[in-house]
Amino acid sequence: MSKRGSDTGMSVGAGPDSGRRAFLGTGVGIAAATGVLAIAPGIGLIEIAQARPAGELASSKVRWGLLIDSRRCKSECQACAKACAKENAVEPGSGRPSQNSQWLRKIDLKDKVTGREVSLPMMCQHCAKPPCVDVCPTGASMQRADGIVLVDRHICIGCRYCIMACPYQARSFVHEPLHAQNPEVPRGQGCVEGCTLCVHRVDKGQQPACVQACQDSGGGAMLFGDLNDPTSDIALRIASVASSQVRADLRLNPAVRYQGI
Amino acid sequence: MIQRLLYCLVLLLAFLAPPAAAEVPKPAVAIANPGQCVAPADVMRRSHMDMLKHQRDRTLRQGERGAKYSLNACIECHASKDSGSVLGGKENFCEGCHSYVAIKLDCFECHQPKAMKTAGARP
Amino acid sequence: MATHIAYRELGNRSAFWTLFLLAGVFVAAGLVAHVVMEHHGHVITGMDNRIVWGLPHVFAVFLIVAASGALNVASTASVFGKTIYKPLAPLSGLVSLCLLAGGLAVLVLDLGRSDRMIVAATQYNFKSIFAWNIFLYTGFYAVVGVYLWMMLEKRFNKYSSAVGTAAFIWRLVLTTGTGSIFGFLIAREAYQSAIMAPMFIAYSLAYGTAIYLIVLMIACRIEARPLGDEVLRRLKNLTATFVAASLYFCAAHHLTNLYFTRNHAVEAFILVDGGSITQSFWLGQVLIGGVLPLAFLLAPGVTRCRILAACMAIVFGGLCQMYVTIIGGQAWPMDLFPGYSATSSFADGVIQQYSPGLWEILLAFSGLAIAALLMVVALRVLRILPERLDDAPQEVPLGDAPQEVPLGDASRDPAQHPR
Ligand code: SF4
Repeated sequence: MSKRGSDTGMSVGAGPDSGRRAFLGTGVGIAAATGVLAIAPGIGLIEIAQARPAGELASSKVRWGLLIDSRRCKSECQACAKACAKENAVEPGSGRPSQNSQWLRKIDLKDKVTGREVSLPMMCQHCAKPPCVDVCPTGASMQRADGIVLVDRHICIGCRYCIMACPYQARSFVHEPLHAQNPEVPRGQGCVEGCTLCVHRVDKGQQPACVQACQDSGGGAMLFGDLNDPTSDIALRIASVASSQVRADLRLNPAVRYQGI
Repeated sequence: MIQRLLYCLVLLLAFLAPPAAAEVPKPAVAIANPGQCVAPADVMRRSHMDMLKHQRDRTLRQGERGAKYSLNACIECHASKDSGSVLGGKENFCEGCHSYVAIKLDCFECHQPKAMKTAGARP
Repeated sequence: MATHIAYRELGNRSAFWTLFLLAGVFVAAGLVAHVVMEHHGHVITGMDNRIVWGLPHVFAVFLIVAASGALNVASTASVFGKTIYKPLAPLSGLVSLCLLAGGLAVLVLDLGRSDRMIVAATQYNFKSIFAWNIFLYTGFYAVVGVYLWMMLEKRFNKYSSAVGTAAFIWRLVLTTGTGSIFGFLIAREAYQSAIMAPMFIAYSLAYGTAIYLIVLMIACRIEARPLGDEVLRRLKNLTATFVAASLYFCAAHHLTNLYFTRNHAVEAFILVDGGSITQSFWLGQVLIGGVLPLAFLLAPGVTRCRILAACMAIVFGGLCQMYVTIIGGQAWPMDLFPGYSATSSFADGVIQQYSPGLWEILLAFSGLAIAALLMVVALRVLRILPERLDDAPQEVPLGDAPQEVPLGDASRDPAQHPR
């Protein structure tokens, strides 16, 4: 219990306002990069971060985040949503569509006054102060030191209180037994789930599947990186251009930021 | 009344149990990649659940990757030669033994019981 | 003085077995429903990713809220020293425990992983109001259990008022906790309000007292135990007061919401064009659950039949209120992007419809059945219901200062309760 408490406590301070800290030492970085090459040679991915070496824990020096430029996101494009579903093996079930899990969805917006239309992907916003973590009775909803919000399905009892608490409608409840999981992305009946920021890829030094797909499809509307590293692309961008957080009024300090809304 | 019921129950059990146990054959598993496990067999038999439980918290909650113990690594070696899975029947590693000792197996409500290649995992 | 009251188990065998079997059938149906839902998953229910809490939660929360209110009669006796309620107090504690058990059972059986109750019982996140509620519920059991014991064991009667006070405070906290489950949801427009907690306390008093009265009247009827007019008159006036208070809080809640422009849309949804939600609100909660019982209870020439009908109407209205609060609050879409209209494949910007499936209906109703079954069995094996509740205390002045009243004493007939 206390162990879990300290997990969360540590990471709450992981928000950008808790001070930007230097990124991992270069030595570690090189070791990690070679590690990636050795483990999985020949992957044609842009390595945006270094894989964490075996045995090293996620650190609160890092805070993973996304910057989404809604002006470059087209309503018809579903590349990110499709890539997310494929990567995490989130497939439609046998029930009604509203019972299917959706970790990432495209939302089309229309300004009620001016009529301006915007399209953007919406997923778990990986808040610095996540309401789902606050309300979860068992501590299954948790935040990793690097800010990624996850559901510990080992102790989730499926009460769905976190779904009630999430302001972004970003969580789904698994309504039936599953069999076709990705071995690296366990998920199952009776538990709640949501975007993991592709934690299994990020830990290997890859980008989340949605970001990769957006890039590959030429959209280039999504940028992933470490918000705490002042030299990262994402930190440089949000320091220079206007971006906003969804429901900023709730002061949850999400790690996902949007441009153009 | 209760006493009599209990007495009957005990008699019934005494009568049924030994032959029934004798009839259940020891699981005969055939695994895909035999070789050196992370610990001696008797340690694994007794403590694999503790290892897995300890590691699951470190991996999920603290983000440790590439640790010595890992469920996916278990499956990579111990999946069946034929079906590529640790579940399915008496000859499959996890299910064979767990059904022999009659202990509920909860891992695969969420985890994929097939080895990476069979499950079609992405690199 | 409490030693003068003679309590006895239910004696009417055929009535006991009828009620037992009736409740048992519904309990069994609920258990079957649970097994089926656990096997197939919630895919076979009317719930989905938007309406994640369905009919089982409506009934469960209703029962839990009513449970704390049912303790009201005992509190009035012990805490506020109203002697006339003393003989009624043990039944009040019992009804309360049984209702809570029914509600919690449904809550647990509706979990996605109800096989993991051991996790819920061993791992806590102390920031979660839900986790606090787990403590509040178990604590409630302990406190009311001890309270019942103090009341039923003659030697300990002298402590019952102290324990009763503890139980009284505990149950106020408990209902505050239950109300806060909703009040703390920052993102839901229909909830997020501090008034949820006091409002739930008012509701709980009305629902609990109504259910208590129903149980009391039915039990006395089938047992042919006398139940005095004076006792009933006071209880029904108490109930009417609580119903009025509930209506007041409800009005205050909606009027405050209407004051804020940003809440107009959600209020319009609940009050005007929400379909079944609007109907549940006006017809169920306000008319049947509020106005009608008030008229029944307060209009001159009240009969026992009318009191019973009023209490049943309050229960119905209470279920409607929970439906409006729980289902209505979820059906209304969250406003992620104020000023924009939103569409998506995940029902953004859509008012979600909910139609409960057979299994969840069975599970929901089994909550009531579990409470009833426990009550019937407990009344049959425990000495909880007084032998007579006729108006021995007729001489109590209406302003009723606490007074020693040997209720039931006059009729104490050794032949009637063999030991
Ligand atoms: S559904 Fe699971 S993760 Fe969500 S609040 Fe309940 S126990 Fe926590």
